[in-house]
Amino acid sequence: MVQAEQALKVKSSGRFWRRLKLLTESPIGLAGAVLVLFWVFVAIFAPWLAPYDPNANNYEALADPLPNDMFLLGTDNQGRDILSRIIWGSRTVLIVAPIATFCAYVVGCTLGLLSGYYRGWVDAVISRLTDILLSFPAIVLYILIIMRLGPSAINVIVAVIFVASPQIIRIVRGITLEQRELDYVTAAKMRGESAIYIMLVEILPNTRGPLIVDSCLRMGYTTIQIGVLGFLGLGLPPPDPDWGGMVQETYGMMSTWPHMSLYPAIAISSLVVGFSLLADGLREISLRD
Amino acid sequence: MGAFAARRLAALIITMMVVSMLIFAAFEWTPGQVASKMLGPFATPEQVELLTEQMGLNRPAPVRYIEWVGNVLRGDLGYSTYFKTDVNNIIWDRLGNTLLLASIAFAIIVPCSIIFGVAAGMREGSKLDRSISVLSIVTTSVPEFASGVFLATIFVIILGWLPGASTLESGGDWSIASQLVLPVAVMVLFDLGYVVRMVRAAMVDVMMKPYIRTAVLKGLSFRKVVLGHALRNAMVVSLTVILLQINYLIAGVVVVETIFAYPGFGHMILESALSKDTATVEAATLIIVLIVVVTQIAGDLGYMWLNPRIRFK
Repeated sequence: MVQAEQALKVKSSGRFWRRLKLLTESPIGLAGAVLVLFWVFVAIFAPWLAPYDPNANNYEALADPLPNDMFLLGTDNQGRDILSRIIWGSRTVLIVAPIATFCAYVVGCTLGLLSGYYRGWVDAVISRLTDILLSFPAIVLYILIIMRLGPSAINVIVAVIFVASPQIIRIVRGITLEQRELDYVTAAKMRGESAIYIMLVEILPNTRGPLIVDSCLRMGYTTIQIGVLGFLGLGLPPPDPDWGGMVQETYGMMSTWPHMSLYPAIAISSLVVGFSLLADGLREISLRD
Repeated sequence: MGAFAARRLAALIITMMVVSMLIFAAFEWTPGQVASKMLGPFATPEQVELLTEQMGLNRPAPVRYIEWVGNVLRGDLGYSTYFKTDVNNIIWDRLGNTLLLASIAFAIIVPCSIIFGVAAGMREGSKLDRSISVLSIVTTSVPEFASGVFLATIFVIILGWLPGASTLESGGDWSIASQLVLPVAVMVLFDLGYVVRMVRAAMVDVMMKPYIRTAVLKGLSFRKVVLGHALRNAMVVSLTVILLQINYLIAGVVVVETIFAYPGFGHMILESALSKDTATVEAATLIIVLIVVVTQIAGDLGYMWLNPRIRFK
């Protein structure tokens, strides 16, 4: 029995490596993976990579904020080193976006499973609620939630959960409705397994195919949303750097100092493009087998 | 179709009721909330209490809710504390400005997405398909505020061809038309890629159908197969996606309008939300949700009209 389990583990990890190898065959997906890994690397090693304190004001630089030997990407409107702020800003986005996306998945999968498995009034209540949340445009929902709760990292995560989980509920509910009619679920029921066991151990693993691609796309989307919230002044409170906020603070000065907005805009775009290309590569691979 | 439309209309009314309750519960449930927001952070508790009483805010919430809904239905949207005028005086102009922006963007997105989507989807996996797909992934992945910054750097700062602000004031150096170019370009860049991919997916799906195989095998030219046989069916599927873009174009333009200081609906929602102008935010939210739900119904009805095989339950 133990041996069989081990064999199974070896087999599944072998499959993981085979998939990773497949990714190298998709140049687009590989390019995406490289971009994402680059930013993950930067975020992890931020304290060693950043040349300056991201929040330190260098008042001498205010007179000439353009890029020079000392400040490779120049300084911003408060004399802070833009390179250091971009490096530390990658931490903000790469911590908040995955946590927010993960929480949205926990909520979305739970409600989607309940809705698809029990059907009846549970489904009716959950589906009506998701319909209503989906009838708000995402950006308006963000503005309303942050207006009500106030801007902070936790509230950004709460807002992402409200916006993203209805879409996840729809996907998981659809798959669950299909799966619950299949023989392996009937078999589990006849074995006398509990509903929770059937939902989590039997059905949930079968939703992973569409969800892996969706989660990668959604990470990119959440990154955009966090940037947008920062840009609208609804994101994290200053002074800690986030890319959207950096653009918000400086885009009014674009006609004189375009570099202040340009570099953070390039940073966030490259990360989101990375997530999207990676998602495309994964989708291509999942279609192949 | 009539019964279906009636059912959707009933659902629309219920949705609007629930949405209005949610908005009311979020912003006006606690009686002191409105008064203390109006008086600002330095008001004493006595002042807040007095204003609360004067405005009738200490009555039970359901009574106030019904009164509010009654006012809205009669067309009285309340007083905007941010714009210092009735919400009605400001909201319709702003909606009109945004509709102008949205309709120009929509007029560009629809034909472009169909051309690129069909060109990519008619031969799945071809070089043309791969290039269009990757290009659309990249353009949809760039956040609007970033592409706004990029376009402004190129066309405003380096080339000096276009204005950086689109305030719709006609007196200055730039014509209204030139002010619209950059906001529309940002919207089209962000949205087009998504629609292209949807049209492409629909086209790929249709091209694998047996009737296309038949058309090819009976010797029709590829051009005739695509334009005469595949296009119409690919459009049926794409119609809903294309119509849903209206929602993005009207509600999602907050960012675009903010970058270019465009006096539109989205920028109004943001400004009023940042200054806690509850009446404007509430009215704008109700209008935007109404637009979203009506477009969804229009999409479903159009889908039915184009494809009579579909019967809704």
